[in-house]
Amino acid sequence: MTRRYVKVYPRFERFYHWGQALLIFVLFFTGLGVAGLHALVPYGLAVTVHTIAAVLLLVLWVFATFWHFTTGDWLHYLPTTKGLFNVARYYAYGVFRGEEHPFNKRFWAKNNPLQALTYVFLKAVLFPAIWITGILYLTYSFWDHVAAANLWLGWVAVIHALAAFTLAAFVIVHVYLLTLGHTFRDHVRPMITGYDIVDLSPEEEAYLAHDQMKRLGPVAGGHH
Amino acid sequence: MHRTWLFVRRFLMGLALLAGSLLLPAAAEEATTPGGAAAVSAATAIPPPPAIVTASGAAANPLKPRIIKGTADHSKFDILKKPFASGPEVTAACLTCHTEASKQVMGSIHYSWTFDNKATGQKLGKRYTLNSFCGNVGANEPRCTSCHAGYNFTDVRLGPPQNETAVDCLVCHDTSGQYAKLDNAAGNPALAPVPEKAKTITGALAKPSNLTAAALSVGGPRLENCGQCHFNGGGGDNVKHGDLSSALYAADTHVDVHMASKDNHGQGMMCSTCHKQEAHQWHGSRYAPTAAQAPDRHKPGAPRTASTCESCHGNTPHKGESVVGMKLNDHTDRVACQTCHIPTFAKGGVATKTLWDWSTAGKLKDGKPIQEDGYHQGNGKPRDTYLSTKGTFAWGEEVKPHYAWFNGTTHYVTDSDVIDPKQPLAMNWIDGAANDPASRIHPFKLMHGKQAYDTELNHLLYNQVYGPKTDTAFWTNFSYDKSLKAAMDYMGKPYSGKYGFVETTMLWPITHMVAKKDEALKCTACHAPQGVLASLGGFYMPGREPLSWVNLAGLFLIFATLAGVGIHALGRLISSRRRSKQ
Repeated sequence: MTRRYVKVYPRFERFYHWGQALLIFVLFFTGLGVAGLHALVPYGLAVTVHTIAAVLLLVLWVFATFWHFTTGDWLHYLPTTKGLFNVARYYAYGVFRGEEHPFNKRFWAKNNPLQALTYVFLKAVLFPAIWITGILYLTYSFWDHVAAANLWLGWVAVIHALAAFTLAAFVIVHVYLLTLGHTFRDHVRPMITGYDIVDLSPEEEAYLAHDQMKRLGPVAGGHH
Repeated sequence: MHRTWLFVRRFLMGLALLAGSLLLPAAAEEATTPGGAAAVSAATAIPPPPAIVTASGAAANPLKPRIIKGTADHSKFDILKKPFASGPEVTAACLTCHTEASKQVMGSIHYSWTFDNKATGQKLGKRYTLNSFCGNVGANEPRCTSCHAGYNFTDVRLGPPQNETAVDCLVCHDTSGQYAKLDNAAGNPALAPVPEKAKTITGALAKPSNLTAAALSVGGPRLENCGQCHFNGGGGDNVKHGDLSSALYAADTHVDVHMASKDNHGQGMMCSTCHKQEAHQWHGSRYAPTAAQAPDRHKPGAPRTASTCESCHGNTPHKGESVVGMKLNDHTDRVACQTCHIPTFAKGGVATKTLWDWSTAGKLKDGKPIQEDGYHQGNGKPRDTYLSTKGTFAWGEEVKPHYAWFNGTTHYVTDSDVIDPKQPLAMNWIDGAANDPASRIHPFKLMHGKQAYDTELNHLLYNQVYGPKTDTAFWTNFSYDKSLKAAMDYMGKPYSGKYGFVETTMLWPITHMVAKKDEALKCTACHAPQGVLASLGGFYMPGREPLSWVNLAGLFLIFATLAGVGIHALGRLISSRRRSKQ
């Protein structure tokens, strides 16, 4: 095993991550306005921005989904119970005792098991809940003739809002967890530069050195 | 050869242009000569410019220029160039050419005052309905029928006269502006000698009508023709409807974007621009309005079956390039155009009556009736707040409408309905609900009243107010004991002789006085807590309930997460300090 800097977040993934972050922030902010929880932007503008941002996010998600499957990156999100308990135990207990984070990134596992589980929940449950209800909401005029359409729309809005608040809660925890283990900057940097410290097997190192020289960074020193 | 032909063509064209430029001003001058109603002759060498001609005596009357759209100039008809002694004599002359006109008019609600409501089976129309204003026509005929589109409608029980000359052509078609019906002569105009202090249906002092001048002036109905009755419903300017008043004669785009003149940045429309007719049957009804979204017939030559906003503007009238435009277009199936585009009614300085309390009527001072002018409306005119003849009034201007789901079906209380006098009595009530796809949210004028009812039999009472020569009419004798009994006897209805007053409400659809577009309601007029639709429940509308259970749950989740994260961070801080001490 060698610990080396490896480009684990290619350019598209970083663009996807930050684009999604920005759009989710804009959507949450304008969504709160549409729900009547603030009036910091005019209502019509909030609806306009919310709609346009939603369409942009949908387009981004289409590309991201395509990217995940064509690059095989989806494998990083396969949930596993292996090591899951250790990570959970670390957050609930170990971190208070100054323990090391029990998870080291590997070339084919850049997410820790709890991350993978969370992201699967995000991508397979929360995101679909929000985009399916969002599209239903946006296209209400195409189905408003069905019986009790407005009642259904009310429930569509309920699910949409609950998913949105859950997502906001995720973002809070997500940002907070950046302060755990490494420093906040150490956590954010890989999502900007693309390079993170990864445990490489000799075979993986040889493969990268031979075929993916650009992805291979310097040997990482120090702790962890 | 070709070049020669081209030259000849150009030469001829130049000649024609020269001739045109010389002759056109002359033709235009001729066309605007005062008194020369349609002075443009078909024989004129140059086709006339759009035949804008002033009505005869343009300097003397305040009427706008009229446009002859038809092919007949009535000022040239010999049969009209003679003295007429009465309205029916004029009608007889009209009928010599317009053979079917009276039959058509007599079949219309303007004449029959009868409307069979297919949706409810009710027989409605002024002959039958009771309202929160004057109450009833019966026993008050020569006064109430002064606005009838005919002559000598003297008994509401029998219905209007059925002879064809009893139709009043001039009230709608006079453009001379000096034909006026008296306010108490069953539809007959003021003719010489006019009784002293006689008034017309607009409340103006009556002057003798020149029937010949009126007959020679006939044209399509203008604002003034419709307005003399419809602006004065309920006995005065804008009393009844709230959205139909004399303010429309000189409207600006705040008052009415359609009827404001083009000089005033409006469209200069008349009533008949929207209210189309076939065989004298007019589109547009208060009894059975087209409340659901009308089919989008916004295509060339498409038939028009209603005088709705959509008849001209279609179902997607907002500019669809923007998200807001698209969203607004999505609203049109559930929200009537009027709801947003008529944010207030009774505009332009003319108030509408919002309360009419008959129970206080009859107080006298030194044996004489009292008048109190307690309201001064925007145009400076006082409006009465108490009359011994009518009771107590309240007035409103720039009134915010009452909003309700409406599918076009309106029910009216009848003279035989048993009422609950402890509850405010709805003189009419409407059908409609959020879950009814045929309903849309509409604006209404909500009228309040207090009206006489039979305290034993619990039904509404007819009242005889008018009858200067009777010893029963209220306006003459100020005795409800006499006037109610006289009216009930006249109508042949049972009456115990004991009366009281019940609070009433009445809904009047608001559809005129469309404001210019930047005055339309904004999103947050409704999409906000306590918006204008606060009283309408039972449907989802974003933004109206910020503290809904969903939002509260969501906010709780966020605060709980923040608290959890905070406690976790605090725990780390404390534990790391403890470790560094060790």
